[in-house]
Amino acid sequence: MSTETKNDVGTTGLLGWIDARFPLTKTWREQWGDYYAPKNFNFWYYFGSLALLVLILQIVTGIFLTMNYKPSAEGAFASVEYIMRDVNWGWLIRYMHSTGASAFFIVVYLHMFRGLMYGSYKNPRELLWIFGMLIYLCLMAEAFMGYLLPWGNMSYWGAQVITNLFGAIPYVGTSLVEWIRGDYFISDITLNRFFALHVIALPLALVFLVVAHLLALHEVGSNNPDGIEIKKNKGPDGKPLDGIPSHPYYSVKDFMGFVFFAMIFAGIVLFEPTVGNLFLEKANFDPADRLQTPDEIAPVWYFTPYYAILRAVPNKLLGVVLMGVAVMIFFLLPWLDRAKVKSIRYRGWLYKGFLGSFVISFIALGYIGMHKPTPVLTIESRIFSIIYFAFFLLMPWYTNVDKTKPVPDRVTFHAH
Amino acid sequence: MSEAENVDESRRHFLLVATTVVGAAGAVATAIPFLSSWQPSARAQALGGPVEADISKLQVGELMKVEWRGQAIYIVHRSQEMLDKLKDHDGMLRDPNSEESEQPAFAKNAQRALNPEYLVLIGVCTHLGCAPMAKFKVGDTDVAADWPGGFYCPCHGSKFDLSGRVLKDVPAPLNLKVPPYYFSSNTTLVIGLDKGAA
Repeated sequence: MSTETKNDVGTTGLLGWIDARFPLTKTWREQWGDYYAPKNFNFWYYFGSLALLVLILQIVTGIFLTMNYKPSAEGAFASVEYIMRDVNWGWLIRYMHSTGASAFFIVVYLHMFRGLMYGSYKNPRELLWIFGMLIYLCLMAEAFMGYLLPWGNMSYWGAQVITNLFGAIPYVGTSLVEWIRGDYFISDITLNRFFALHVIALPLALVFLVVAHLLALHEVGSNNPDGIEIKKNKGPDGKPLDGIPSHPYYSVKDFMGFVFFAMIFAGIVLFEPTVGNLFLEKANFDPADRLQTPDEIAPVWYFTPYYAILRAVPNKLLGVVLMGVAVMIFFLLPWLDRAKVKSIRYRGWLYKGFLGSFVISFIALGYIGMHKPTPVLTIESRIFSIIYFAFFLLMPWYTNVDKTKPVPDRVTFHAH
Repeated sequence: MSEAENVDESRRHFLLVATTVVGAAGAVATAIPFLSSWQPSARAQALGGPVEADISKLQVGELMKVEWRGQAIYIVHRSQEMLDKLKDHDGMLRDPNSEESEQPAFAKNAQRALNPEYLVLIGVCTHLGCAPMAKFKVGDTDVAADWPGGFYCPCHGSKFDLSGRVLKDVPAPLNLKVPPYYFSSNTTLVIGLDKGAA
């Protein structure tokens, strides 16, 4: 053999051969092995890696579902029944996918709440936050289109309601709705195109955005529960004093999170995959009937807070606009927050109060959105919608006047 | 003389702009067929033609549904009592005279019908497209104590009277739509066309 081509990372053998031709070791070190993360991560730092795990789970189970699923109005419902009854382990693969959808939103909501608590969206992580929000939007589109595919009655009417939202836009609304559906109603044509978007277009966009999210994270560095920039305190070796390499330290931590997650996940999949009407709605075990709306129609739990805001407004266009704003306003957080500190640990009571009432209103709206509109619930949904928006709209004021505590130079850390 | 000094900047600039403009125009032109492929196809349009409904067996006070363009068309055989009551609750309605709502010219009145006995509506809530449920009983406590009888949408609580006129303080903005239709005989309705209307 001729002399080995030298590489910059000092590896030899097969790995050395690869590293001279492809940045394998280099990428590993930059993105994980030699990526220094703050040593004071806590419980809330499990959910990013869990979201990645669920994404992989959804892609793998999704691929296996497409092998038996038929994206046509004629065959969709029957093919899902076929998967559930006749395909070996088909029920397991499908319940993993349907539970995975809800699990995705659970970990993403907790991940986002972590960001709110510790100010992870603040300078210099604005773009990181925006990539995260785009992932969230993509995920919502993915979940919505995926929900049509079983062609159950709730699939059908859910899609009917959501596509009709675009009909509220003045002048172009009706033609826009026809364009999205490709028909005068939700039909075979709509199902087929939602399938294409659900299995190809959106997953591609999701994977791309996740890569961008991680690249941005590893560029600016992770925030932490103290909201301190660990890059400001570096040792003689140029490594942050409060940082530890992600591998092996956070590999181990994340892996432990995976194990606990898998236990809960398996428990749901194996024992209670519908979670009492929450993860899979009863009406969806009936095939789509375009002449009969289910008695009670509600989206799956992860959309209900926004749905409650939509219903709270007695004006169609305004309701749709407010619902859209309720989602999109998260994008503006980095610029609405004027506080000098990041973490809730050093913020005053105003921020804690507003964040607490925001969380309560989000959960309350989620609850209201699952139930039939009654006069009492409608009034409650209006009150909670106001609190929801107050959290964002008053943020420039309360974060400015809030009394903050001095932030220490080094992270709070107790060795285990 | 080095290469860099030989660069003709204005030529480069021209080529850059020309390439960008032509490329962008090409990209836009290419996008048109893809975007247009999302429009209802020729087959979908053909399937959207008019349909017939036989109303000979429809009893007084009953509702039947037929399908047109994938939407439920509600046909209600209204009783004289139902028709008489239509005048009594204008104050509860958002658009009692159907000024802003969508219907053929013949239906722009309190009965919203060609023949007042037969109410023909598109059974699609003008809010977000759910199918309103028939709640014809006056004062039905499921809906409201002062309920005049009509249609109730289970999705977001919109309410309509027995002419499909929307009540106040509900999310739906307009009265239920009336499709174009005509009677081809005493017992046959043609939905999707209104030629032949008197």
